Amino acid sequence: MLATRVFRLVGNRTLSTSICLRGGHGVAKVEDYTLPAYFDRRESPLPDIKFVQQLSPEQKSLKEKEKGSWAALSKEEKIALYRISFKESFAEMDKGTGEWKSVVAGIFFFIGFTGLVVLWQRKYVYGDVPHTFDPEYKQKEVQRMLDMRINPVEGFSAKWDYENNAWKK
Amino acid sequence: MKSTMSLAKPAMRGLLAKRLRFHLPIAFGLSLVAAAAFKFTVTEPRKQAYADFYKHYDSTKEFSAMREAGVFESVRPTGK
Repeated sequence: MLATRVFRLVGNRTLSTSICLRGGHGVAKVEDYTLPAYFDRRESPLPDIKFVQQLSPEQKSLKEKEKGSWAALSKEEKIALYRISFKESFAEMDKGTGEWKSVVAGIFFFIGFTGLVVLWQRKYVYGDVPHTFDPEYKQKEVQRMLDMRINPVEGFSAKWDYENNAWKK
Repeated sequence: MKSTMSLAKPAMRGLLAKRLRFHLPIAFGLSLVAAAAFKFTVTEPRKQAYADFYKHYDSTKEFSAMREAGVFESVRPTGK
């Protein structure tokens, strides 16, 4: 057992000396985004790390007290311990943001703007409608439809009174 | 700290069966209601309308009226 301990010491020393030989470039710089992150999410309730990483002196003493009996902790201390480990409670993280109001407002606004664009198009882009929309033409069209007995059972001609030449009351 | 009260074990099986037992009869019933409503508000009145229309329908009279109006190409209106 003593021999393995000595071997481990020797091994550590060789490792550190080899890094020094290479000029200290043996270990890659650790980026922030590669480290475990904290996030509040309902589906993974226990994040990889605690929320508060650098504890203040009071928090440190609280953590020491936590190692004892939990019955000795007051309610505020328990809440303080919770807030060290977690940022938001489930109720807080599930709370709605009210973003939908902005979204609906934006929808209405752009629909209104589209209406203005359509009006401008009607005035400045589109040409005249065909002559078939003239009132006289439409009148002749309706008369011809009645003459042909279009939909005489339940539809168009069914609403025309042929005896009195008028629409049925 | 051991709690003296524990939650009941939630249902682990038969969830779909339970849901179907509740929802299928309702779905079936609502479909029947929809079909019956359509039958008695749309198809029956329509059948009656057609029956009434053709009960006293004189096709020759209608044809003459249409001919006089000038909608046909095979027969023109009578008279000069």
